[in-house]
Amino acid sequence: MADRLRVRFGKVGKIRFTSHRDVARMWERALRRSGLPVARSQGFNPRPLVAFGLALPTGCESLAEYLDVTLAAPVDGPSEVPPWGDSYPDLVTLGLALSEFLPEGIDVGALAMVPSDASSLQQEVTSCSWELEVLGVTAAELVRRVELLLDAPTVSVRRERKGRHFDDDLRPSVRSLALFEPPEGSTASGSPSGFLRAELATRPRGVRPRELVEVLGTDVVLARARRTQQWIECDGARFEPLSADDLGRAVGAPHAMGRAS
Amino acid sequence: MVSLWPSIEPLLDGVAKPARYIGGEQGATVPVHGGGQVAWLLIYPDTYEIGLPNQGLQILYELLNERPDALAERTYAPWIDMESAMRAAGVPLFSVENHLAAGDFDVMAFNLSAELVYTNVLNLIDLAGVPVRGAGRTSAHPVVLAGGHCTFNPEPLADFVDAFVLGDGEEVVGEINDVLAGWLATEPELRDRAALLEGLASVEGVYVPSLYRVDFEGQVLTGITPRTPAAPPQVVKRTISDLAEWPYPKNQLVPLTEVVHDRLNVEVFRGCTRGCRFCQAGMITRPVRERPAAQVRSMIRAGLERTGYDEVALTSLSTADFSSIEDTVRAVVGGECGDQQVSVSLPSLRVDAFTVATATQIAHARRTGLTFAPEGGTWRMRRVINKLITEEDLYSAVDAAFSNGWRRVKLYFLIGLPTERDEDVLGIAELARRCVEIGRRHHRGPTVVASVGGFVPKPHTPFQWFGQDTAAELRRKVNLLKDACRPVRGLSLRWHDPEATAVEGLASRGDRRMGAVIERVWRAGGTFQEWSECFDLSKWEAALEAEGLSLESVTYRDREPDEVLAWDHLSAGLHRDFLWSDWQDALAAVAVEDCRWTPCYDCGACTDAGIEHVVASNVPPAGGSQGTGQDLATGDRVPVRFVTAAGAR
Repeated sequence: MADRLRVRFGKVGKIRFTSHRDVARMWERALRRSGLPVARSQGFNPRPLVAFGLALPTGCESLAEYLDVTLAAPVDGPSEVPPWGDSYPDLVTLGLALSEFLPEGIDVGALAMVPSDASSLQQEVTSCSWELEVLGVTAAELVRRVELLLDAPTVSVRRERKGRHFDDDLRPSVRSLALFEPPEGSTASGSPSGFLRAELATRPRGVRPRELVEVLGTDVVLARARRTQQWIECDGARFEPLSADDLGRAVGAPHAMGRAS
Repeated sequence: MVSLWPSIEPLLDGVAKPARYIGGEQGATVPVHGGGQVAWLLIYPDTYEIGLPNQGLQILYELLNERPDALAERTYAPWIDMESAMRAAGVPLFSVENHLAAGDFDVMAFNLSAELVYTNVLNLIDLAGVPVRGAGRTSAHPVVLAGGHCTFNPEPLADFVDAFVLGDGEEVVGEINDVLAGWLATEPELRDRAALLEGLASVEGVYVPSLYRVDFEGQVLTGITPRTPAAPPQVVKRTISDLAEWPYPKNQLVPLTEVVHDRLNVEVFRGCTRGCRFCQAGMITRPVRERPAAQVRSMIRAGLERTGYDEVALTSLSTADFSSIEDTVRAVVGGECGDQQVSVSLPSLRVDAFTVATATQIAHARRTGLTFAPEGGTWRMRRVINKLITEEDLYSAVDAAFSNGWRRVKLYFLIGLPTERDEDVLGIAELARRCVEIGRRHHRGPTVVASVGGFVPKPHTPFQWFGQDTAAELRRKVNLLKDACRPVRGLSLRWHDPEATAVEGLASRGDRRMGAVIERVWRAGGTFQEWSECFDLSKWEAALEAEGLSLESVTYRDREPDEVLAWDHLSAGLHRDFLWSDWQDALAAVAVEDCRWTPCYDCGACTDAGIEHVVASNVPPAGGSQGTGQDLATGDRVPVRFVTAAGAR
């Protein structure tokens, strides 16, 4: 059974204007430069076996992006030797090396080996936490709009898919929404702005930060969005696929461990 | 100098592909300004995706940033959505490294690789806040320079660009920097722009159009002559003699977002002497200068390790002609250039089975499509254009491709060539049909794509005197082909817009009067004319009419033998009488061989510049087609011109 390496990384600064696909290509090049023995798909056009979690909308920052890298099984040698041999003695060194091979603004925050039968990031993640900076209305007005939204039984938005119109209800996906005071000097612009913290579910329908801000009113403008956590709910408990302090932990994320045992 | 990033950032949420504007590529240099260096802004006047991979721009970027007395940043044409956001917010054209205003630089240097970008050049100068016409600039404005293949007839842009550079840029860029550094060392209020332009004109290979008088008698151009002794009567292109001295780019840029040619590119040789008469690149970049095979390998090894790319392109005008092609391909595929699986791409394949054998070696998996360029539909036509591919060459190449697992073959052709008859046009459909038949022997559903472009005669080629086909005539020929290709299952036809071809002709051979036309089109909003969604013939027609010009007078008519051409005062090294005799040979369907392996035709490129071909092998490549290693008399009576001893080196 192949080994799987789970990596948590951030995407902040100018590089947030690259797309999800762009980031995938950056990782492919970085993994090749790292010399890690990445497993490849079978078939006509073998691709490295790398799986990304939920796509991050272009323009948004994140402190919690993930990818799973399937490593080629070691050909032989003692089982305690990691699949990357002696090129990286431990996960801390590996994480630092990967950051070095990635562009500025993309940094590895944590990494760990997870059981190869752990389910995919895309399927597991149930909600994401966001920090949003918005412009256009006063703080008091923003508070009122947030309360209105939270009190509403349904929040309908009209969306076009494949040429047909659908009315989607966003309300069930808004798990929480509240204003918060940002730390000093973290505003995107000089103009007065409000800061929101939101937890948005991925099911039944994922809500993008921009959609949430739109339902707060046409005069509210999203200046900056940052994903701070992705969450997995399992039997009433909530985990991150890999928490920020997992750098260098050789055995898996708590949920994965739980499942494996 | 202040970074414009805080004003740019809010615009990026509302535009397509915002990563075009952020910089941050691996290999980029973020220079520190203010140390007295000459500050260059290198500009590719098309979108980021098209411009970023340009190797010429990247070479100059590195060379300048290596110098202690220079620094260089880059920019590209912002797409229409971004441009309007910038204009609305008062944000000028900016560099992608430090996000500085273009007007803060000492030099704005354009890469001109295609004629249809000319209106973008004007737009970018304007977006920089710089007067569009050179005559309106003061010593407080950046100097506007341009290089690249289009500068071999720069007259259409002469009113807007202060100085053009002809030929290889590696050496001359430093000499230009010296002139600029000297000028910038004087006090700002004492700087005399006229003196600077004269200083630039003294650099070999630099053409300063404002120092020349352009004379007409009625509608006829009668001469372009220096106004001052500081300007040479003829400007001769620059040529580097040894590619081995220039192993650039050393740090090829790895973009953060998707671009064309997104792979490692290593130039294996420069120049081409196959002698295809329609090909401007093959004429103006002579002679052939190969890079040593060992250097090619080390550049590949270092490049792959540094970038993480899994694909390398060996670039040149005809890569299968590289003396060490087999060894190089074997080295890359065999893991000598790094231990990861790497695919090799060979742009510009020669048409023969040997080439396919090489291609087979390199394409382990991605055997999706292979492209050949026979260019002409009949053997007679191919002799006229000196693209000496016999039908047997093509069919054996296509057979080799299909039998080695390729399922799609793409064929490039030109229509509107000199002496072309309808049978030559229909020959394209016939060749393509037979290629489909060959494919059926190997696969159930082979695909052949015939891609047809309208021919635009280019300066400094034997076809520079030829009257281009009208858009209507090209359309008629496309329709002939459509009818002929429609019944053939598995054959699809693609063609280039004949109206865009006509406008390309205007810019290709136009004289200085075209400047006013280009300015009118730009003022009417005609940017990104090489993009079909933006191209608008009516803007060009209206501008021509307003200036008393026509497509007929600029590009559709045949030039007279003794007529002054708008580029006669510029030299690509080729003698005018060589081009004329090659034109006469073309009209008589007389082929000439590749001078790498046969006696010299005295075209002028080597002899006048005191340089020679640099080719590792003194025999033509095995199995090589196109006038080497083949009996040109087969299949038809082919007169091959033999050169007298006097013409030989």
